[in-house]
Amino acid sequence: MNATASGESESRSLFLTLVRFRELSILIFILLLIVAVAIKAPAFLTAENFLIILLNISILVIVALGQMMVIITRGIDLSVSSMVGLVAMMVSFTVVAFPAVSPPLAILLGMFLGAILGSFNGVIITAGKVPPIIATLGTLSIYRGMVFLYSGGTWINSFEMPDSYRALAKAAPLGAPNIILFAVTVALLVFLFLNYTRPGRDIYAVGSNPEAANVAGIPVQRTIFMVYVISGLLSGLAAVLWASRFESAQTNTALGFELQTVAACVVGGVNIFGGSGTVMGVILGAFLLGTIENALILVRISPFWQLAAQGLLILIAVIVDSAIRRRLEQLSGTGETA
Amino acid sequence: MDNSTPVIRMEHIHKSFGGVHALNDVQISVYAGEVHALLGENGAGKSTLIKTMTGVYQPDSGEIYLYGEPVRFSGPREAQQQGIGAIYQEPSLFPDLDIAENIVAGRQPTRAGRVDWRAMYREAEELLGQLGVDLNPHTKARNLSVAQQQTVEIARALSLNAKLLIMDEPTSSLTLTEVEELFRIIRQLRASGTAIIFISHRLEELFQVADRVTILRDGQYVGTREMSGVKTEELIEMMVGRQVNELFPKEVAPRGELRLQVQNLSAPGKFEDVSFELRAGEILGLAGLIGAGRTDVARALFGILPVKSGSIFVDGRPVTIGSPQQAMDLGMGFVPEDRQHHGLVLPMSIATNITLPILPHFVKFGWLQDRQAKQAAAAAARRLEVKCSSIDQKAKELSGGNQQKVVLAKWLETNPRILILDEPTRGIDVGTKAAVHQLMSDLANEGVAILMISSELPEILGMSDRILVMREGRITGEFLRGEATQEKIMAAAVAAKRTPAPIGAGNES
Repeated sequence: MNATASGESESRSLFLTLVRFRELSILIFILLLIVAVAIKAPAFLTAENFLIILLNISILVIVALGQMMVIITRGIDLSVSSMVGLVAMMVSFTVVAFPAVSPPLAILLGMFLGAILGSFNGVIITAGKVPPIIATLGTLSIYRGMVFLYSGGTWINSFEMPDSYRALAKAAPLGAPNIILFAVTVALLVFLFLNYTRPGRDIYAVGSNPEAANVAGIPVQRTIFMVYVISGLLSGLAAVLWASRFESAQTNTALGFELQTVAACVVGGVNIFGGSGTVMGVILGAFLLGTIENALILVRISPFWQLAAQGLLILIAVIVDSAIRRRLEQLSGTGETA
Repeated sequence: MDNSTPVIRMEHIHKSFGGVHALNDVQISVYAGEVHALLGENGAGKSTLIKTMTGVYQPDSGEIYLYGEPVRFSGPREAQQQGIGAIYQEPSLFPDLDIAENIVAGRQPTRAGRVDWRAMYREAEELLGQLGVDLNPHTKARNLSVAQQQTVEIARALSLNAKLLIMDEPTSSLTLTEVEELFRIIRQLRASGTAIIFISHRLEELFQVADRVTILRDGQYVGTREMSGVKTEELIEMMVGRQVNELFPKEVAPRGELRLQVQNLSAPGKFEDVSFELRAGEILGLAGLIGAGRTDVARALFGILPVKSGSIFVDGRPVTIGSPQQAMDLGMGFVPEDRQHHGLVLPMSIATNITLPILPHFVKFGWLQDRQAKQAAAAAARRLEVKCSSIDQKAKELSGGNQQKVVLAKWLETNPRILILDEPTRGIDVGTKAAVHQLMSDLANEGVAILMISSELPEILGMSDRILVMREGRITGEFLRGEATQEKIMAAAVAAKRTPAPIGAGNES
């Protein structure tokens, strides 16, 4: 037993080093990118530009953290973009019609509406036994369709919005723009939730082994329902910030955004087959995506190539990541069972 | 067993599924400090009985008493709370979570609403210490061996204050040393008054660890015996309802021409310098501990694992085997150890599985002749007596023994001249086992050369004409049928130079 035990702890410490390296690898990738871009475009390495990147990824971080919890339970929420679009439209119409609705109230309203939309997803998936990818593919279209029905094809412009609503995302009474503070707060709360509450730990357990979770008395269906509600709630919050930041609510708001949230998760090391994923990973993933987008503009890569280059960099990041993971499993001697 | 009230007593338990009687008037009583074996062929109702104990199923009728009090479990959670813990064949841990959290999953200690990680690790360390195992509670379950995972499951059951611990074939994928370690833990639990139900197909294990045994057959209670006063033959007779005279019916087949010759084969890190010959009509047993490199040799012969040096001759001609397709073209067949992962496509039908390697035979003008393929599959399934509702039934719905028959049928359809069998009877019941052994003997008589890897010494001794023993990637012994004994084989498998440890003493260095 002694021999196996010491070999065991050896492979454990190696494992831990590599796990840290896993998140480190994204960080290194980001640093390399920053150096490379900074050489070509000095404007890149300025505090202003850094702030722009943070502003750009704040909303992504908020929605991607919800997406992460869904993915950890072996699901996926493709409807986040339509939830953002629909909630942005509904809340914007509300504040335009009732300017008395204060920004905090608008935020609460957005989160409430988002949670309701998310709970529909949850019901379809848990009670209706529809696979998450199909259920949310359906609601992706349904919620987007509801944007058109609700708005009648019109949109809300900047000049229609109350000043307080427009300032919601951008004002910086606490030093940094609110939108960044929202993202930081959400990240902190999600971190505490996932690591220090039982329902949070249940999310990992359910994704890691659903049958075992059931036997251990973990409320599997309730946990799955919950992550879709949270994903909706965070999408609702993001929707209000989105409308405020871009000072408009349009029928195509956040169109295609769901793929960015999935990309942020995957690049951030969230296992697409469930069971693992960290808040730090997703933040780094979102930051890498934001940096790539920003850098491609600054080094004046043609817009035609931007999407392709973005996709290529994502693939490289994921391939490197999975290569590391494979190596790691070989080293820990569990390659066959994992 | 001084306690006169059994921890659990079940009487007249009935349970049917869609008209099929899975349990028909079954009874069992287990006392504190007793290891009670549950024995029966696959499909005898052992699993169903266990699931009625753990609250997964509710019996249609019958009574369950815990310490004399009638109980009824609405679900697994309630049974757990009443002190019934179960460890299943497949460890059901959370691979992404660490040991400590696996032990307390679903009921982590909290302080002021926060999960108290420090208390969690403390509790885990205490439990693992009680069991006398040296595991770091921070290790992710993903990185544990099956034996270590079982230990974690036992720790989980203990943390639930289990009065009754059910172990469903816990030894089926453990090495000898690990089995000894498990038995040490079982004996320790028994001494501390835990009631244990132990299921295993390996009768010799029951004699080592069990106090009493209850036998089920076709969902019915056959009887309960004291292990000390019962013989193997009697147990087998009670299980199968008939006398099985010869467990290992290998007949002496005429040794034919040389089929396979392996010279100095090496795959660094896996095995070194392996040489042997295999003749038509011969069964060559490959013995050794799990991890000795036996499966790797088989995988190398079948072109799955690349070799670095050495040569292989088939029918006297030198060959290089770079892929399973090449191996099959040379007339080789390989029945892998892990039939669920490598031997079967579980969601597909029996017929599809059987015809998978010979599908090109049924193709005309680029189109698959479905009917012919099915007829061939049906004939093969009949030959091996696969118990199924139809050959369109999905492989995953079959019992372990029948799955193994399907894998065998699949490879027999290729008419192999050299057949490699890796643990051909692991985890299958005595009746099916005898059928598989009979089949191997028949094949040898027909002139097939068979290489059989097995970790069960009685099987190796009974079936092999010749026995090779491997240890740490090298061949450390070769014995003819007449001269081989369990002691000689174990000595070669465990340590070459040191005095051989008697079987059962364990090898804990």
